Amino acid sequence: MTVSAVARPAATKLALRHRLAERGVDRTLLLILPGALAVLALFCYPFLYGLQLSFQPTKGGFLGAYRAFFSDPFARKSIWSTFSLAIPASLINVGASVPISYRMRREFRGKRLLLAVLVVPITLGTVLTAEGILEFYGPAGWFNRTLHWLGLADSPVHLTMNYTGVLLSLIISGFPFSYLLTHSYLSGIHPSLEKAAATLGAGWWQRFRYVTFPLLLPGLMTTFCLSFVMAFAVFPSALMVGDPDGKTHVISIEVYQAALERFDYVQGCADAMIMTALMLAVLAALTGLRARLYSGATGGKG
Amino acid sequence: MRKASQLGELRLSGVSRAYGGHLALHPLDLTIRGGEFVALLGPSGCGKTTALNCLAGLLPLTSGEITMDGRRVDTLAPEKRGFGMVFQNYALFPHLTVRANVAFGLKMRRVSKAETRRRVDDVLDLVRLREHAHKHPGQLSGGQQQRVSIARAIVMEPPLVLMDEPLSNLDAALRLSMRSEIRRIHQEFGLTTIYVTHDQEEALSLADRLVVLHAGQVSQIGTPAELYEHPADAHVAAFMGYRNLLTLDLTAVEAAEAVAEGRGLKVRGTVVGGVRPRPGDTATVAIRPEDLRVAEGDEQPIAEATAEIVEYHGRVLHVEAVTAHGDRLHLRSAGTVRPGDALRVAVDAERALVFTDADTAALDDAPTAGGVS
Amino acid sequence: MTTALETRPAATGPTAPPGRRALALRPGTWLTWAVLAFFFVNLAGVITTVLVNSFSRSWFDSWLPHGWTSTWYSHAWHKFSLGQVLTTTIEVTLLVVVISLALAVPASYALARRSFPGKKLVTTLFVLPILVPPIAYGIPLATVLYKIHLAGTITGVVVANLVPSIPFVVFTMTPFIEQIDPRIEAAARMCGASTWTVLTRILSPLLLPGMLAAGILVLVRTFGMFELTFLTSGPTSQTLIVSLFSAVNSAGIRAPQSVDAMAVIYTGSMAVLLLIALRFVNPTQLVARASD
Repeated sequence: MTVSAVARPAATKLALRHRLAERGVDRTLLLILPGALAVLALFCYPFLYGLQLSFQPTKGGFLGAYRAFFSDPFARKSIWSTFSLAIPASLINVGASVPISYRMRREFRGKRLLLAVLVVPITLGTVLTAEGILEFYGPAGWFNRTLHWLGLADSPVHLTMNYTGVLLSLIISGFPFSYLLTHSYLSGIHPSLEKAAATLGAGWWQRFRYVTFPLLLPGLMTTFCLSFVMAFAVFPSALMVGDPDGKTHVISIEVYQAALERFDYVQGCADAMIMTALMLAVLAALTGLRARLYSGATGGKG
Repeated sequence: MRKASQLGELRLSGVSRAYGGHLALHPLDLTIRGGEFVALLGPSGCGKTTALNCLAGLLPLTSGEITMDGRRVDTLAPEKRGFGMVFQNYALFPHLTVRANVAFGLKMRRVSKAETRRRVDDVLDLVRLREHAHKHPGQLSGGQQQRVSIARAIVMEPPLVLMDEPLSNLDAALRLSMRSEIRRIHQEFGLTTIYVTHDQEEALSLADRLVVLHAGQVSQIGTPAELYEHPADAHVAAFMGYRNLLTLDLTAVEAAEAVAEGRGLKVRGTVVGGVRPRPGDTATVAIRPEDLRVAEGDEQPIAEATAEIVEYHGRVLHVEAVTAHGDRLHLRSAGTVRPGDALRVAVDAERALVFTDADTAALDDAPTAGGVS
Repeated sequence: MTTALETRPAATGPTAPPGRRALALRPGTWLTWAVLAFFFVNLAGVITTVLVNSFSRSWFDSWLPHGWTSTWYSHAWHKFSLGQVLTTTIEVTLLVVVISLALAVPASYALARRSFPGKKLVTTLFVLPILVPPIAYGIPLATVLYKIHLAGTITGVVVANLVPSIPFVVFTMTPFIEQIDPRIEAAARMCGASTWTVLTRILSPLLLPGMLAAGILVLVRTFGMFELTFLTSGPTSQTLIVSLFSAVNSAGIRAPQSVDAMAVIYTGSMAVLLLIALRFVNPTQLVARASD
């Protein structure tokens, strides 16, 4: 007792540093600074600059640029165009990934090669994919030729320069992405869980429905979010294989045209802010939904 | 070859550690003499690893000081203290060979190449790993990795070696052989060792002196024999193999003995602790399974119970019996017992320890009561 | 029952008959493979069309072109000054890789090792550049770069590409750091190593695979990053993908073959990078990034 009483003044002296260290605040945290400062300077500052710029239009007052966006039916419709591309594309990509990756859980020869081939479209980039789509799915391309040869179509099917072309490009570059993510989440669920369910008498559908799927769902939500982020930001392919002045006049094209074709930076920034706000709203809704699901250990790696 | 110890005396005074408002380690006073093997023993979360990390310098002290032969060391960074440490999961550098792992500390101290080679070879001989020197840790078995970890800790001939549950990741057979290995190395190298464990058998067989911790406080410090024969409180007793802990009321107290009764049990036992109990106090009676037996002839039993589980352990049977009031008793029997048999259970008065709860409560109030060595 | 069949290696030794029967019983399995095969056929078609066209003399309304030539490559090389474009591309990507590693690896170490008040805020700061569409922050960023006269320069392009790369490295490195036991660092300190020595002799070698993986991934992504480079580059600071896009979209008569030749050059470089990348990282790591 006496010892601790004597030691107390010393304890108060180092108290602040000690208390901070206890909560994890020490010199190690300085390591975050360079990276965080770079992001603040290169991302947050320009973004906030754009935000304040968007409130200073030449006409229409404080909210003029935003009013201009929402009062122009063509601009307003770009929101609809974006969602009508992004949501089906993400649903198709994630929806196809689940059964395919579920079937391919087990190891088989050539699996690594298959995964490697799936990476190709991700790295091709949107521009090359778009160029390929133009030529492959075009009226004289191999795809239409095959359809004709098989007797499935008399005249060429129009698959490019419209909604379908952009959707195709979103699937070609987006599906591998969703598949690989779903695959990594699925391999994080330990196979013994399904085996345990099997010993308890569950058939394959019951095992999937009551064991694997609930454990996979949080990962699927994340996958959907990331697919949506990619599809929502669709830009070069909407220009190249779509119908940029009609059905695929997506919001990123609206942003681009305002800023770099009409050189109205204020309007461009305002449109960019609207785009970001929409995107974050969707993500917040999805994250809120995800937070209500079970998200704990899945008994496997990762 | 028994070397002399590098250390005269290590003194901890009022060493404590708090996390937020929670005291993980109450002020601890302990003096360790050179060449001693001291074990810190307690259940998980009792503060023993906190104490070890404070000593190593990996955690700052909240209060108190540590002196080594009169020199203050608690203000030094861990790398400046020069202690050796063996970690529970070995913490070997996976990218270095066994030799480079062991030589790492010597390299940090800029010991010459030839000298490093000689000392590393010596230590690897000591832990019998000379032929594995070129391998990486991943190629070794658990026991071998642990020996590398020990070699790495002792190659600098540190004044003090800290061991944090070094055997808990090994299987039972290996643990036994490593235990004697550690004791042998401790003696041959003239080390001073502080050893953290939750395994009382390990602590009893290895250590010269044990420090039993409970909820961040010292329950008792003493030699293995002292702790085994005379546990200071019910916590220590529980740790020292007194599996039968019965909470009963005292009905009579006479000289060193007391009678405790309740729920159909009546035990005459020996009073432990400085506080003299009074009839009517609540007490905990602690009895080892090997001291509890089936009553012979007209011996006075402490209770009647029905055998429920009987395990065969060679010469004796381990029996778990239940009294009419649901108390479980663990006992040994040399004769045949079958599940369902009615047993009359007896114990010698000097083998039943009576701890008054007032005693335990007093301990909780005075953190350093048992902490003077 | 079915699980037991599935976990058996298919068609080897005595287990072959049940394995084959399981396949035969399952239309679902066949459907899965069919969907995947259809996807791969289309993917191969898309790439091969470009490749074939780049070697064709002329190609209208037929299965294969009329005659072959490789002149489009030298044509594209000169017309689009690909030598200069490739140099710029390599310069930009390497600078981005080095700078983002230098800035982000320390940050990811601190984030992986410490929990501190405000950690969520810092994490959000790093997540945002990954989530916000590049077009949406690229426009304000380009505006700022114009204001400080960096737009159109290589510096400007590098700066813009750092924005998504720094968070990407942070989140790629975190699992690599988390799998190093902090007790290994403690052990090094007990052996007398100073903070600097722990960093250079223990952490760096152990983190090397992770840094290599993150570096290659940033390389691949910067190489393929269109939007940011497009918004911030000028005529002399275009990367390959931007000049490919300009070639496709440029006004006037264009020879599709020479554009395709350029696309093949792009794909070829990308394939080389990819092969290198896959030697060091798992395919799933290429996409598993901000999965919180």
